[in-house]
Amino acid sequence: MNEQLKKAAPWQRHWLAVVLIGVVLLAVPFVAALGGQAWVRIANFAILYIFLALGLNIVVGYAGLLDLGYVAFYAVGAYVYALLASPHFGLHLPFWVILPLGAAIACLFGMLLGAPTLKLRGDYLAIVTLGFGEIIRIFLNNLNAPINVTNGAQGITLIDPIRIGDFSFADTTTIFGLDISGPQKYYFLLVALAIMVIIVNIRLQNSRVGRAWQAIREDEVAAKACGINTRNIKLLAFAMGASFGGVAGGVFSAMQGFVSPESFSLMESITILAMVVLGGMGHIPGVILGAILLTALPEVLRYGIEPLQDALFGRMIIDPESLRMLIFGLSMVLVMRFRPAGLWPSPQRRRELAESAN
Amino acid sequence: MSEPQILLQAHDVAKHFGGVKALHDVSLTIRRGEIYGLIGPNGAGKTTFFNCLTGLYKNESGHFVFDGVKLTADAPHKAAEVGIARTFQNIRLFGNMTAIENVMVGRHLRTHAGVLGAITRNRATMAEEAAITRRAEELLHYVGIHERAHDHAKNLSYGDQRRLEIARALATEPKLLALDEPAAGMNGTETEALRVLVEGICKDGVTVLLIEHDVKLVMGLCGRVAVLDYGEKICEDVPAVVQKDPRVIEAYLGGSVA
Repeated sequence: MNEQLKKAAPWQRHWLAVVLIGVVLLAVPFVAALGGQAWVRIANFAILYIFLALGLNIVVGYAGLLDLGYVAFYAVGAYVYALLASPHFGLHLPFWVILPLGAAIACLFGMLLGAPTLKLRGDYLAIVTLGFGEIIRIFLNNLNAPINVTNGAQGITLIDPIRIGDFSFADTTTIFGLDISGPQKYYFLLVALAIMVIIVNIRLQNSRVGRAWQAIREDEVAAKACGINTRNIKLLAFAMGASFGGVAGGVFSAMQGFVSPESFSLMESITILAMVVLGGMGHIPGVILGAILLTALPEVLRYGIEPLQDALFGRMIIDPESLRMLIFGLSMVLVMRFRPAGLWPSPQRRRELAESAN
Repeated sequence: MSEPQILLQAHDVAKHFGGVKALHDVSLTIRRGEIYGLIGPNGAGKTTFFNCLTGLYKNESGHFVFDGVKLTADAPHKAAEVGIARTFQNIRLFGNMTAIENVMVGRHLRTHAGVLGAITRNRATMAEEAAITRRAEELLHYVGIHERAHDHAKNLSYGDQRRLEIARALATEPKLLALDEPAAGMNGTETEALRVLVEGICKDGVTVLLIEHDVKLVMGLCGRVAVLDYGEKICEDVPAVVQKDPRVIEAYLGGSVA
């Protein structure tokens, strides 16, 4: 009975935590704004990366398919939005048409990538997905001739913000005497999206499909013998992950007002994967933590290193940009060395690794 | 008895690995409701036969007719779908999933909820999920390891892992349960318990195909036995006759005893 209660409504037991998280989530954009809108934008990116990392978590964490080209779907979503809501083609479709469309097209690309890789696993799969990610980026870079589709390396500018009627996410609105800036509005939109992806992740994990993914991750041959159509179930994982990437891309486009192929480099794929692995693969709170840390840490270092060096030595000794990447890389090495299951792994995964180490 | 007597027919099934003939035109017939034993020395091709039957390998020639339908064994999940479930010689459980989750995976085939159902948690999905859990619990009871339901599969004892694999196979609602050396590595007590379990499964209407090294178990359990040696079927009969067949004795003891 008690067991059932625990399963049925975790938020009833943890209502205090839920209220606290709610308050913090509400406060973040206003506290961040004290340091300038730039910090609100950083918070926005942290949440966008949570969204992306949880999308990738379905592919990597649940189904165990190592995908190094995830950013391709992010790019597809971003460009679908950019092309359909900018002066580039003179199209200005509303976001509620483009975001689902972007998700659908990204989903299609997910299956396109999934289909040839179904028989591959581990390292081989990683290499193919890596290639796929690069192909998309190179296409975006070069699809400006003979017909100018993507505007090449210059990218697409003046992308419409998300708009509901007259309410635009780009400018400041005053509600009850409180000024809410554009980035702050996007913040709340992103939080809503992130909550949605968290719910989807949780619900998928404990479902028939989620179990099938886990079974494939554990032992593909046995999964087949149990009657699981591994081809379809793997494609489903790719498609699901890709759709989330597509939505994230669309929001990114609208938020930035500008996209170029540069935003979708291999480094970006690796960063998202690092968020999943560093936080704790397959464990939702861990992935969220990973995404926040990997977005915030470089920014904190960016703003922190210069004054720190000034205070310590009175002058700049090491170029802040190099030092930033050095600290960033070193901290990743340390985390993986001392917490190989991630910073906040699921109890199960922690056990797996502890046992294999013995 | 409206159902046909014959459940599975193998017609001249052959499988080569490079130059090695692992199976050489093996034909056999399994009747509905029997426990059929497949024995033979190491490397005789028993597991290869299993793998061809369940679609893990593609046989070069010959075919299987299962329940009156010719199998186009191009994918293992299809074999499971028509009603052939199997266990593995080197136990293949989902080690980091709990015992009950392993059996729930076995229900995958006979259930339907998709991604939308999982996300919306609509009534049909929740009802199905409850049914899956209930059935999995029943099956754990059936094989006698329900106290271990929430332990990870890899932490179960060897004998319990074998039982769990059987429960998972039964969850797919098979007509034919193919067991690949289920008694390997078991002690006398465990083997006896396994014998009782397999007999029970057969009584409950599932035909059993059994690969086994433990000759005593096979002789005590099986209605009929086929013997493979170097990929060829050398004998097929009731255990008492097989036991005395000079070809079988030669295959096992490696020389003429007559």
